[in-house]
Parts: sequence; structure tokens; C-alpha cells
Amino acid sequence: MSAANQPTPKAAETAAPENTLEIRKLSKVFGGLRAVNNMEFSIPKGALFGLIGPNGAGKTTVFNMITGVYEPTSGDVIFNGTNITGLEPHLINQMGIARTFQNIRLFQSLSVLDNVRIAYHPHAGYSMSDSIFHNHKYEVKEKELTERAVEFLSVFNLQDRLRETAKNLPYGEQRRLEIARALAANPSLLLLDEPAAGMNPNESVALMDLIHFIRERFNLTILLIEHQMRVVMGICETIAVMDFGERIALGTPQEIQNDQRVIEAYLGPGSAALSEKFKRKKN
Amino acid sequence: MKKIPRSSLIFYGGALVFFIVVQLLISFGLLNAFWNTILRLGAVMAIVSLGLNLIYGFNGQFSLGQWAFYAIGAYCAADITYRWANLGSAGGLMVVLMIVLFTGAAILFLRTQLSKIRRLDALSAFSIYLLTTLILGYVALQIGKALDAPVAAALKALPPAVALQVVFFFAVILAGMLAAEISFLFGLPILTLGSDYFGIATLGLTIITKVLLDNSDTLLGFAEMKGARGMIGIPKITTWFWVFLFLIITIVVTRNLLNSSYGRAILSVREDEIAAKAMGIDVANYKILTFVIGSFFAGLAGGLYAHINGFLHPDTFNFIKSFDPMIVIVFGGLGSVTGTIAGAFAWALVLEGFLRLFLPEGFETWRFVVYPLLLLIMMLLKPSGIFGGYEIPFIRAVLPPNQPKRAEDLRSEDAIQSQEAGL
Repeated sequence: MSAANQPTPKAAETAAPENTLEIRKLSKVFGGLRAVNNMEFSIPKGALFGLIGPNGAGKTTVFNMITGVYEPTSGDVIFNGTNITGLEPHLINQMGIARTFQNIRLFQSLSVLDNVRIAYHPHAGYSMSDSIFHNHKYEVKEKELTERAVEFLSVFNLQDRLRETAKNLPYGEQRRLEIARALAANPSLLLLDEPAAGMNPNESVALMDLIHFIRERFNLTILLIEHQMRVVMGICETIAVMDFGERIALGTPQEIQNDQRVIEAYLGPGSAALSEKFKRKKN
Repeated sequence: MKKIPRSSLIFYGGALVFFIVVQLLISFGLLNAFWNTILRLGAVMAIVSLGLNLIYGFNGQFSLGQWAFYAIGAYCAADITYRWANLGSAGGLMVVLMIVLFTGAAILFLRTQLSKIRRLDALSAFSIYLLTTLILGYVALQIGKALDAPVAAALKALPPAVALQVVFFFAVILAGMLAAEISFLFGLPILTLGSDYFGIATLGLTIITKVLLDNSDTLLGFAEMKGARGMIGIPKITTWFWVFLFLIITIVVTRNLLNSSYGRAILSVREDEIAAKAMGIDVANYKILTFVIGSFFAGLAGGLYAHINGFLHPDTFNFIKSFDPMIVIVFGGLGSVTGTIAGAFAWALVLEGFLRLFLPEGFETWRFVVYPLLLLIMMLLKPSGIFGGYEIPFIRAVLPPNQPKRAEDLRSEDAIQSQEAGL
């Protein structure tokens, strides 16, 4: 099955190899609505990149275009120097981009272990006829795969929940499992869609630690959508801000916090002037 | 040599004992023809329902088309053995064999080639497959006809009883494969629909099949099928041995498939298609694969069914009857192999057996009041079916035990480090 699905990417002409992901003039039109308009940014290898913006700015649409859920109307997505625009989601995942979802999407009624083992499926190493006959190759590979999954789960301290059904886990552990499942596919780029949504301050701090931890341990580049400013400003090195489908700012957390257009996008027109006044008063 | 697990020993041992006990009861005439038929019907129903449970219970695609593939399998196998038993011709066998081989090879070949094309839409793919299958089917028909005489001569060298069994065995297998290939062609365009629409489309298939069978002698040109008058003269050779053998094979194949990485991929599609795609699972591929395997079982069961009574009538394949396997799997437990088998035998024993015997004369129709009521009560009391998600140890997947949690978690590791740095 996997042999039949070899991706046929066309190589990009001028992709700087040090950038893990490059988004070039990406646009998506739904009927008359321009959800994303000429979006551009690039993420260097190993970076922690944040994508923020008010609700409905088009952040998740960008995610969906990167991961192949939507086909972009125009523009290119370059991953590690390869143009992956318009590839099907499962091929993009197999190339090394994994994601989590805004509202957790676990395989609810399967065990925690199976959630991770499914991520290993593209590299299962045995054919379907091996599995139907339960032959020696199946036994060996299946055992190997299971051991790998158990070991992997213990990295995330979920090894005491192996047999638990995913939907019975507490919320924080479900988030952790979702991130673990995404990482089990061995990606080089991880997309996190609002990982801190619905978390209390303590849980978000734990999440920030987890993100730092996995970045180092798995040698990852991370793209993050988040609404909790504490999380975004706390861990991202570079931040892009979107509003009405367009990029309105790009820079370090410091620069973003002082950007007039960003403040206006979040708090409404005229608010930038107000905040200036407020700052002066404070000084 | 590795040790055979205890659960397997119990399962195979239990199956063997069950088989021998029933076989002895039949041989000594303790089980009359009526109950014998009921038991065989139960096993056949178990095979169809296992196929449907794979599609609906495990893959999450609501299908009402299972009965159509059952019908295709029944008529296909019946026609093969009819020609052999009554006309002494191996034409049916050879033609179906050639068609299955040729189109099967073509489908496999096209599948590897077409997967190289990016975002090929389902309808274009469908047209390519259909054209290729039709052309190759025609070629296969001619070759099959040419092979009729030599193969018939070779089979006639065998003792007649053995030859009939051989033809029957291949007829059943080929019936399954033909049903599987038709399900592939049919499933290709409609599996892109959402689950509810898929259900309606498959219901359409069941109705089309019934209408075609009603007119099989005129529209399709199979005079021996006699259209709405019903096909007679099929050898009654489905013994308890054959149904039991095929049932065990079906159970073992289903279990082996489900307890593998491929089975987990099938389950992931049911759980969450979008998440499955994001985890590298080719969702469209697994939907069609499951549909094809499920239909294969349906065709197999159809082939066995045709040779129980020696009589086939299109009314048996009415779309109302297509709810029978659906009722069996809902009653037994969606996504439970054990429940499906229990449900199928319960369906045969209670509905076709006891109720038919014990309800007073003229009240047989009340069966169809009793079992919807049973189903209703069932839904209210235990919506997950009798067995819910339960499986006997043989079928259940073996999971490693939970490991003890580490004393400190990720958070505290970091906390300790930062504390040390602070000091």
C-alpha cells in the first residue's frame, strides 16, 4: 500500500535549505470570501514560530493549507526545499509534517497505545497478507512496533495509561497524548493549533515546558497558533500576526507587542493611540 | 517453534468440539432437516454480518448494500454449479474465473499507476476502471468459453461427487471475488460521499440488483435464472462442514486483520477521518479496502446460501431483507466480532426457528412485529448491543500491561533544574 503512494513532488527552484517551511503568496478563496490573502512567512530550521491574530483571521486556514486539508487557491508551500502544495494530507504527514487540532481529535474509543500505534502505520513494515496470515514477519514487526510505542509513551509519562480508552483521559493528558501521537509519526515540523485552549494557568505553564522539552528532544521546528498571549510571548522566537487573511506584522515578541497595527487589530481602531497615552502616563 | 497461545487453543478446540457435536447430531438423525437448515442459515448469516460489521462497525461506513453483494454471490455461484450439474459444462466456472483474474489483475495494476497522479478525482478514476474492466471482461469471456471443453473433460475424469465438490468450492470462492470486484467498482465513486449519502447510494444498489435479478432471463440473458419465477435445479451441497469451514476462515481472517496495523488504520477512519488523514492514513484507500473485504464475505456467504435450499428467488434479496444483517450487528454489538456471531445465530434460531415453530398457524407474520420490538427494547436498555465492545480472548487484541508512572514528571524535572540554577 505504501509503495503505491509514493509522493511525486516537484522540486522548488530556489528554496533556501535552512528554512524548514516557506509560505509564498499563499491565498485561499471560499466563494466570495478571501480567507487568506498573499500570506508569506518562512520558518528557519529549529525555530519556534508563532502565528496569532483575532478570531476568524485565517490562521487555521493557513494550517489546513500547509497540511493539505485545503488546496490553496494560489501560492506555494515549500517544505525542506520541496514544493508540497496541494499534496494529499496523508502524503504530507508521511513527508514529515504533523499537526494537532484546535479541538482535540483523538481516536476516542481506541486505547492510548493504539492512538500512537496508528501513527506508526505508514512504517508498519509488513504487508496486509502478512497480517491476515499472522506470519513470523507480522509477529516480529508488531512486537517491535508495540515496544516502540510503549517506550514513546513513557517519554510523555503516559505509560500508566496504555490500556485506557483515549476519551477517558483527563483534558491535560488528552492534549499530551495528541502531541505524542503527532510526534510518533517522526515529523521534522510540528504544527500546534491552539494547544493551550481551555487550559488553566498552571496547565499552560506545564504545556510551555512540554513544548520546550519536545523541541529539544525530537529536534523539531514548531509552528504554533495560540490565543493565550502568555504562552505565545513566553515561548515563540518569531511571531507573525494575521488579520482578515493578511499578514499585518512579523517580528520578535517585543516588536509585536509594540506594533500599532497589531494593537488596533486586537483592540479596535484608535486603540493604538490610547495605549501610547497609557504608556506615557505610566512613565 | 513458538508456543501457541492458550486463547487460540481454546478457540480452535471449542470450534472443533462444536463442529463434531453438531455433525454427529446430524449424522445420527437427532437434528432434523429443519434445524439443520436453521444452523446453516445462522452460519451464513454470521459470515454476511461479519462482512457488514467490518464496513459499518469497524470502518464506520453505513452500508445497506451488503445484501446486493450477497445476491450477486448467490446467483454467481448457483449459475456455475447449475451449469456443471445439469449441463455438464464448466463454462460458468471458467468464464467467471477468467473475468475475476483478468479484471482483478487490471484493477491492481491500475491502482498502482493511478496513485501516481495527484488529486485524481473519483469519477475519472471510476471511468478508467470501468472501461478497462469492461474491455478485459469481454476478452475474458471469450477465453473462458474456449477453456470450457478441456476443463470439463478434465473434471469428468474425477469421480462425479468429487468433481461437484471441487466445482462448488471454486464457485463459492469466485462468487466472493466477483462480489468484491463489483464492490470495488461501485464503491470507488460513492465512498467519497459522506456516511449517510453512502448508505442511500448502497440502498440504491440493492434495489437495482433486485430488479436485475427479477429480469435476469430477459435483461441479463441468463435463461437458467428464470427471472422472477425463481432459479431451480441448483445442487443442494452446502453441508454443515462447508459453512462451518468458511465461517471459521472468516472469523480468523477478520480477527487477524483487525489485530494488525491495517486493522488499526481501518478503525482510525471510523474514529476520526480528519485526524486519520493527518496521521498519514490514506483514508480513501482504507474505506475501499474494507468495503471490498466486507463484500467478499457477502459474496462467499451468498454462494453458500444458494446451495442450501437449491432454490433462489429474487424476493430473498429484497431491500427489506437487507436490514437483516444490519439488525444482527446492531443487536450483537457494533464493532464486536463475538457479538456478530452470537447475533447471527440468535437471529436464525429465534426468528427463523423457534418463532416459526411456536407461533400458531397463520401467525408467522408476527415475527416481524416481535423482532422490531425486541430491537426497540434492546436500543433502550443497551444501545451498544448485547456484547457491546466485548470480544472473546481469541479475538481480542493483546495489549501490554500499564507501566508504573515515573515519580517526577516533565514539569518537575525542569523545575528542579531551574532551582539548581537559581542556587
